Amino acid sequence: MSGIARYIVQRLLLTIPMLLILLTFVFLILRVMPGDPVMAMLGGRNISPELIAEYRHKMGVDRPILVQYGEYLFGIFRGDFGESFRTSEPVVKELFLRFPATLELAAFGLLFAGIFGFGSGVIAATRADRPIDHTIRIFHIGSFATPLFWFGLMLQVFLAVKLGWFPVAGRVGGRIAFTFNSITGFYLLDSILSGNTKIMVDVAKHLVLPAITLGFALSGLLGRMSRASMLEVLGEDYVKTARAKGVKERIVIMSHALRNALIPIVTVFGLQFAILMGGAVLTETVFSWPGVASFLVRSIEGRDWPAIQGSIVFIAIFISIINLIVDISYSIIDPRVRY
Amino acid sequence: MSKNMGQTQNTGSTFLIRVIQWIVRKFSSGRHALRGQTILKIGLVVVFLFILTTGLTQIEGLTPYHPTKYRDAPRLEGPSIRHLMGTDQLKRDVFSRVISGGKASIIVAFGAVALSMSVGAILGWISGFTGGLLDRALSLSMDAIYSFPSMILAITLVAVLGTGIAPMIWSVGFVYIPTYFRVTRAEALQVRETTYVEAVRAVGASDVRIVLRHIAPNTVNAIMAVSSFNLADAILTVAALSFLGFGLPPPAPDWGFDIQNGQKYLQSGSWWLITFPGLMIIALSLGFGLIGEGVSDLVNPKRKRKRV
Repeated sequence: MSGIARYIVQRLLLTIPMLLILLTFVFLILRVMPGDPVMAMLGGRNISPELIAEYRHKMGVDRPILVQYGEYLFGIFRGDFGESFRTSEPVVKELFLRFPATLELAAFGLLFAGIFGFGSGVIAATRADRPIDHTIRIFHIGSFATPLFWFGLMLQVFLAVKLGWFPVAGRVGGRIAFTFNSITGFYLLDSILSGNTKIMVDVAKHLVLPAITLGFALSGLLGRMSRASMLEVLGEDYVKTARAKGVKERIVIMSHALRNALIPIVTVFGLQFAILMGGAVLTETVFSWPGVASFLVRSIEGRDWPAIQGSIVFIAIFISIINLIVDISYSIIDPRVRY
Repeated sequence: MSKNMGQTQNTGSTFLIRVIQWIVRKFSSGRHALRGQTILKIGLVVVFLFILTTGLTQIEGLTPYHPTKYRDAPRLEGPSIRHLMGTDQLKRDVFSRVISGGKASIIVAFGAVALSMSVGAILGWISGFTGGLLDRALSLSMDAIYSFPSMILAITLVAVLGTGIAPMIWSVGFVYIPTYFRVTRAEALQVRETTYVEAVRAVGASDVRIVLRHIAPNTVNAIMAVSSFNLADAILTVAALSFLGFGLPPPAPDWGFDIQNGQKYLQSGSWWLITFPGLMIIALSLGFGLIGEGVSDLVNPKRKRKRV
C-alpha cells in the first residue's frame, strides 16, 4: 500500500474509537436527563399511567439500558438515527433537509473569516509595529471577547432594522419564498441556477449578515495566528535571499511567504471548524436560519431524545470527516510532509 | 498506611502552598513582577472593578433604581439623563439591571474554571506520569471531547442538568477539562524524563510524592496562562447559555438573558436593550483576556519580545 493510502486507513481506524467514545458519552448524558420525553410529548398533567406506559413502550424507552444502547449503536451503523418524537419523521431525513443550510452558512462564514482574518493578519505582519498593526491587533483581541450572538444582533439592529440594507432574518424573502423552489437545499446555488436575478440578489442579501456574524468569531483568531506565522516566515533565510536577489516585495510576500505562513494555520483548522459549528448554533438561532444547529437547540427545548442524539452524532461524524480531510490536505500545502 | 496518608496530605498542601506562593510572588509582592506589565495591570483593574461593582450592586439600594422591583419608568424609552441606558418593556431601568447583571457570569466563570482546572490537571498529571494504556485511553477520550464544538457540548449538558448557576458551572467546567488535561499532560511527560525525577525515584520517593512535589509545580506556569484566557472564554459561553435561556430564571438581572429579552423588541429599533449588556460582556471578557496576555508574558518572557 502506498504511504498516503496507508495513512488514510490509519486515520480512519483512529476515528472509529473517537466516535464511539463520543457516541457512548452522548447516550449516557441523555439517559440521565431529568425531563421525561414521554411527558414532554404528551404535555399536560392528567394523563393516565396506561397511556404513559403505552408511549414508553412505543418509543422503546422502557427496555433495559443496554438493549437501548445496542440498538442505538446498531442504528447509527445502518444510518438509522430513529424517529423524532415531535415530528414523527426519521431524524436522518430532518437532518439532511437542514444540512445544506448549515453548510452554506459555514462555507460563507469561513470565506469571510479567511479573507478578513488572513488578510488583516498579513497586513499587520508586513507593517509590524506601525499604527495599522496596532489597530488590527486591538481589533483581533476585541473580536474574541465579543459574544457572537450579540454581534449578530447588533448587525440586525443597525444594518437591517435602522438602515434597511439587509433583511433581518431567514434565508429568503417572504414573497419570493412562494415562487422559489429549492432543489439542492443550497439556496444560493439554486437561485443562480434559476437564472432569476431578483431571487439571486434576495438570497445573497439574506446570507450576508449571518455569514459575517459567524465569520467574525473566527476572524480574530485566524488574524492573530496569521500575523504571528507571517512574522515568523518573514524572518526566514529564504525570504532574505529572495529580497537580496532583488525580487519585488509584493512577490516575496505573495509567493515566498504566504504559502509557508499558511501551514501552521491549516494544522489547527479542524479545531477552528469545531468553533465554527459551535458558533453556528448561535448564528442560526439569532438569524432564524433553518439549519442543523438550530434544530438541535429546538430539540433540546422539546426534550426530543432521538433528535438530540441524532444531531450530535451527525455533527460529530461531520467534524471527524473534516478533520480527516484537513490531515490529508497537509501534504498538498506542505510537500515536505510524507506519510 | 498512616504514614503514606500523612505524606499525601503533606505533599498535597505543599502544592497548594506553591500555587499561593506563585501568585504572591508574581502579583502582590508585585513591584518587580508588575513593572512594565501595562496590559496585565489594565486587565487586573478591569476585572477587579467588575467584581466590585457586581458585588456592591447585589446590595439593595446601591443601584439607582431597583433592578427588578422598580416599574415606574416610561416603557421602552431610549437612553436619557434619568435612565442612562433606557428602559425596557416592563418599565424597568436598564442601567440598574446592567450594572448588577454580572453575578451569574462571574460566579460561573470562576467556578467552571476552578472545576476544569482541578479535574483536568489531576488527570493530566496522572496520565502523563503513568503513561501506558491509561494514558492512551484518557488521551483518546479527551481528544474526542476536545474535537467536539464546546458550545454545543455545553448547551447539551446544561439541558441535561437543568438551568441555574450550579448546572452551568458543571457543564461549562466539563467542557474545558481537556484544555487543562492537554497542557498538564504535555508538561508531565517532559518532567517525567528529567534526571531529578530519576534521582528522587532512586532515593525511594513514592509516585504520589513525585507527582505532587515535582511534576505538579512544574505545570503551574502553563496552567496559569491557560486559565486566564479560559476565564475570558467562559464569560462568553455563560452569556451564550443565558441568551439561549439556560441561565438564571427571570426576573433576576442577567446580561445574556436581558439580551434575549431585547431581541424581541429589535424590530422596533430598541437597540439599547441589547447594546449595553453586550458591552459589559465584552469589557469583562476583554479584562480576562488582557490578564491572559500579561500572564503569558510573565511566564514566558521570550514571548513578550515577539508578542503575537
